[in-house]
Order: sequence, then structure tokens, then C-alpha cells
Amino acid sequence: MADSIRVTTPLTAEVARSLRAGDSVLITGFIYSARDAAHKRLVEALDRGEKLPVDLTDQIIYYVGPSPAKPGQPVGSAGPTTSGRMDAYTPRLLDEGLRGMIGKGYRSQAVVEAMKKNGAVYFAATGGAAALIAESVKRYEVVAYADLGTEALARFTVEDFPAIVAIDSQGSNYYEEGQKPYRRL
Amino acid sequence: MRTIDVGKITEAVAKLAMDANYYLAQDIYNALDAGRADEESPLGREILGQLVKNACIAKEKAVPICQDTGMAVVFMEIGQDVHLVGGSLEDAVNAGVAKGYGEGYLRKSLVDDPLFARRNTGDNTPAVLHTALVSGDKVKIALAPKGFGSENMSALKMQVPAEGVQGVKKFVVDTVAAAGSNPCPPIVVGVGIGGTIEKAAYLAKKALLRPVDRRNPHPDYARLEEELLELVNRTGVGPQGLGGTVTALGVNVEYFPAHIAGMPVAVNISCHATRHAEIEL
Repeated sequence: MADSIRVTTPLTAEVARSLRAGDSVLITGFIYSARDAAHKRLVEALDRGEKLPVDLTDQIIYYVGPSPAKPGQPVGSAGPTTSGRMDAYTPRLLDEGLRGMIGKGYRSQAVVEAMKKNGAVYFAATGGAAALIAESVKRYEVVAYADLGTEALARFTVEDFPAIVAIDSQGSNYYEEGQKPYRRL
Repeated sequence: MRTIDVGKITEAVAKLAMDANYYLAQDIYNALDAGRADEESPLGREILGQLVKNACIAKEKAVPICQDTGMAVVFMEIGQDVHLVGGSLEDAVNAGVAKGYGEGYLRKSLVDDPLFARRNTGDNTPAVLHTALVSGDKVKIALAPKGFGSENMSALKMQVPAEGVQGVKKFVVDTVAAAGSNPCPPIVVGVGIGGTIEKAAYLAKKALLRPVDRRNPHPDYARLEEELLELVNRTGVGPQGLGGTVTALGVNVEYFPAHIAGMPVAVNISCHATRHAEIEL
């Protein structure tokens, strides 16, 4: 994408605030994978007053459960899963300093409010473009919950991971804004 | 009478599982490519371009189009002059799924108990198997891996006859609009009308096997498919739900006779890949 904004992690509050709903971005750095089961464990750890296996401050979580890597690949196909299933857990993680999320689909109002409060950004990756997205993944290392298999908490080293700002830190929602001009029922 | 060893079915199912997950069907590829010209939203066009590119990478590298390689739905048409030997058909199909998902580096996404334990079965079995006995001595196998981003957005309604065509249209459009971005649009919509509750759902699933460029042979249903496609493309959902005019690549409707008091309607939503592969033995 010619007019994409390059974003590197850790994603600072300042950069997060500068991104606007509808912006195309290319993300480079570390991002962490977690989906349903890992989110449940993260929040349970917080409930018990424990330290999380990774410091989430200024980090990005990618909602993904990759397919197994073929020999020679760092990771198999790795597109986003539906973000809404993580909504129940997300505000807690945003309060812990989580700055960005990558997934697909709508978020709850509670998540949007927590994003505004904490200055966080929600990126949409193209659902199903899993082979294309995997090209941007250079390294894959499981950091916790290895027993969860594809759902383990892992660190992805990415270069120019393509995404779109779906909901920005002010709460502007590109799912709503983007659809309005084409709704003709 | 023709004898077929079920081992052949295992091999065929394993290959279909890999082929369906790696190679986008030509009708779907063509529809995505054509969508790039039709789509009014620049971002939508960009996304459709990504999906076409994704299909090319998956094909070239023989890797899954999508990481959610789905639950394997297998449709078999078994000629009644065929004698299957060498073991149980169901075991042979499941062995094929296990082999295909294992050797093909496909994700194992199934849990053994839906409500309580939810332990991964480890080999993506069991398949959902639909068999039909037909005339002849051939065996036809179609395998459609179904991801759950789209399956979760499907719906069924026991409509009454008075709701008529308008009721069907409203239910389909409302279901697509409510699904929004979740099923990875542009979607393919399978609609089953008539029969009983399970028959309507089966027809909706079966409708997804038909290429999107082929209309129902009944002119009334063919017209309904075209009208429904136009309506869902006016929802504004667009590629990935980020807005646009290509919300669906096709709407396929299958029907069955109904009870005088009923008109069940099932809507099975499928993602932009709508994976399927078939073979005849």
C-alpha cells in the first residue's frame, strides 16, 4: 500500500494517538498472539494478583491461531480471528497498558470505552488473507501457555504487517464510517 | 456390482482436505477478481486485491488460504451398485481427515465435547458426514472445510407461509447485515428453503457447494438468487465489513417441498474462500 503509515512496536501512546480510523498501516517489530484460551488465563492471573508472562505495556496483541508451520517456515498461515470473542477480557488488559490489538470484526462498547480511556488502537487485518499475512512474519516463539498449541501466547517478529485502523483512540469506528456511504437499502 | 476398498476413500478424503485448503476454487477466484472492478470503495478494492494475492501465494506454496482450516464437512453420493469393503465407511472418512490435516499442516480446530471438557481431538476428526444413496456404481466425495468465523453468523428461522418471498428476503438481508464484518466478507450465502428444520439447514450448506456463477435451474429461484445478491450488496458491509458494494460474491438457494403450515428458511454464511473440492471414484 503506497500511502501506508509505518508503525513500529512498542507502540507508544503518542503514536497511538496520531492514528486515525481508516488509516492503512504496516507494523514492524514484536506482536503477541493470544486468543480465547490465552485471554482467559491472562485475566485469571490478574485476578489472582500474579504478574503476567509478558509485560503488556505499549504492546500489541494479535488475535490469531496459526496453522502448523511447514518445514522451513517460521509459522503457518496466520490470519486474524474474530475479535468480539475477546471483548469480555480486553478492558482488563487495556488497563494493564496494552496499546494495540489486531483482529477482525466489531468490538463491544465496553472495549471502545476502555480504548478511549487508555489511548489504545484496534487494527483490522484482512480475515482470510492468512498466507499473505504469514509472509510478514519472520519469527515465531512461544512465550507462555505452550500446552494451548495453536492458542499459545507467542511472540511474532513481523515486518510490514498490513492492517487498517478500525477503531482509533478517540473511539472513531471505521466499520461504521466506512459502511455508511454504501448503505442503500 | 463394483467393489471399492474404503482405503481408497481415506486417500481421496486426505487429498481433498489438502486441496480444498490450499487451492481456491476457480469460480470463487473469478468472483473476487471481478469484484475488484465492481467495488466502489477504494479500501474495498485494496482488500479484494489482497485476497486475490493471498490465493496466489497459497496455491504457489501449497499452504492454507486461511489458518482456520475448518471442520471437515463431507458429502458423499454412493452408487447403490457399489460394495464398500475393507472397513467402515465412517472410520475411513475420519482416517482421511486425520491424514489430510496431519500431513497437510492444517490446523486441528476440533474439541471432543462442545460444552464441558472441550479437549482438542488432535487430528481434526470427526468429520460431519452426509451420505446419500444414488443410482449407479460411482462414489462422489465433496469436502468443504468450514471455518467458524462464518459458521457462527449463520441462522435458521421457522417462517410461516404468509411471510412469503418478502419474509425470505428480509431474513437473508438481516442475517447478512447482523453478521457484518465477522464472516470475512465478501461472503457466499447458502439459503435452504422448505423441508423440516434439519432439511433446511442441510440445503443451506449444500447450496454452498454450487459454484457462484451457476444459478438455480428453476427460473423463480434463479431470479430470487439475483435479487438477494443485489439486496445484500446494498447493506454497505463491503469487503471485511469496512464498507463497500461487494458484500457477497453469490447467493445460492436450494429448496425442498414443505408442509402446508411451514416454510423453514436457513441461511448458511460462508467466507470469501468458501472452500470445497470434489472427486469421483
